[in-house]
Amino acid sequence: MAKKIINQPEDCVSEALEGFLKAHPAYVQVEGASGLRVKDVQDKPALIVGGGSGHEPMFGYFVGKNLADASVAGNVFTSPDPGSILQTALSVERGKGVLFVYGNYSGDNMNFDMAAELLADQGIAVKTVRVWDDVASAPKEQYTDRRGIAGNALVIKIAGAASSVLDLEGAYRVACKARDQVYSIGFGLSGATIPGEAHPIFTLPEDEMEYGLGIHGEPGVRRVKLQSADSIVEELVEQILADSGIQAGDTVCTLVNGLGATPLLELYIMNRKLAQLLEEKGIHIYNMDVGNYVTSLEMAGASVTLMKLDEELKTYYDMPCRSPYYQKG
Amino acid sequence: MKELNYGQVRAMLLRAADEIIQSKDLLTEIDSQIGDGDHGIGMERGMKKAKETLLSMETGENVYDLFQAMGKTMLMSMGGASGVIFGTLFLGGARNKPASATLDTAGMAALMSDSLAQIKERGKAQVGDKTMVDALEPAVEQMNALAPQGDWVEMMAQAAQAAQAGMEATKQYQAKYGRAKSLMERAIGHQDAGATSTWILLRAMADYVQSL
Repeated sequence: MAKKIINQPEDCVSEALEGFLKAHPAYVQVEGASGLRVKDVQDKPALIVGGGSGHEPMFGYFVGKNLADASVAGNVFTSPDPGSILQTALSVERGKGVLFVYGNYSGDNMNFDMAAELLADQGIAVKTVRVWDDVASAPKEQYTDRRGIAGNALVIKIAGAASSVLDLEGAYRVACKARDQVYSIGFGLSGATIPGEAHPIFTLPEDEMEYGLGIHGEPGVRRVKLQSADSIVEELVEQILADSGIQAGDTVCTLVNGLGATPLLELYIMNRKLAQLLEEKGIHIYNMDVGNYVTSLEMAGASVTLMKLDEELKTYYDMPCRSPYYQKG
Repeated sequence: MKELNYGQVRAMLLRAADEIIQSKDLLTEIDSQIGDGDHGIGMERGMKKAKETLLSMETGENVYDLFQAMGKTMLMSMGGASGVIFGTLFLGGARNKPASATLDTAGMAALMSDSLAQIKERGKAQVGDKTMVDALEPAVEQMNALAPQGDWVEMMAQAAQAAQAGMEATKQYQAKYGRAKSLMERAIGHQDAGATSTWILLRAMADYVQSL
């Protein structure tokens, strides 16, 4: 049994939410659901994010000014149920419609779609943006099969800003644009254990890493010998550039995202190489984020995300935003 | 035996729930090989809730209420793809059926056929996609073929056997859905956890009617 600081495995999600709300009084729990929302609900299209727990600070802690209005959490690595999603959406919907942004997984898709149907039954307009940034998870021609990983953070940033100043249609259009310009790929060094389970989801030999790993401990697409930080970043960037077509003269914002157990020291070593490579290739760096934004419990590893920015996306990227674990401006 | 009464349907569903709860570690193990290991946890959680619901429904007039209550409890408590798919397995085909105090083989086959259609619609999965449909569709085919004979024991035994063969066949497939799909050819050789749960459920129901 992996060592964890928990009480009962089935209480992890609700007890963490309780603790979060004590520390952050600007948020309240959604009545009857495992969700949280801003205390002062704004008169705007409601941006709802969500997914399984275990990715903190994503999704719950990306609620705030010019970010999401509410988030709904499932159990660890499990999408929330349609009833919880519905309750969470209704708690912040003020007649301007609902925008869902979440990672592209079968479970999330089915549960959010059911909630969208229940909202539509009540005459509420709903738009859905599924984030599918993981270039390692499916070939380019099947991009709608790709998983959503760290790119969620950047798409929610843009969608939150856009939903603060645009109507539902406008916010949806901008969020789709952000989603279509975001590319990520990651790797893992060690697995994670779901609370209450006896074994990690996967194990790796001491000298190996898993390339193209997902954020739920899904095995990656291949195993290779552990490489240096510079070699890893070179390979990640090469694959993202080949896939995305991002090239000299383009402008990008970036995210080096840790999976939970990788120290900032190592993430910044990666970021140093990322900056070097982009500069060498003549790609303009608009801004670089480094941190643990979309984690996978205690998994060790990281991912690199690039989002290509045009003038419109820059406007929304620049808008100040505030949540306990993600701020701009 | 031609018809199950309310109490027998309830006992059959409780048996199915118990079998899943007891199989949690096996399901977790299978799912960890190519998925994220949460299938057994989710199914156990949903079936524990479903069991509570069924235990609170000791008497009733309509056998379809039992399926609906079980499915709705799973749908609203499990989350994940499993919550929708396995919730629909019980809820989908039982909705919109005229109330009945008993369930015959034709009623069971019709219920499962309708559920299968809704699952395929919701999950966009076909046979060969390495999902629970690989076990459920051949089982439903057996039910439809054998329902006219009116023999519960024979129908469920053949359905469970077809589900088992379908589950075994998932080992040969690449996944098109769920988290295993990112593995592409690496998923080959492993059986699908959802197909395994489907087989366990049908086998439990077959064992129950055999025991009557």
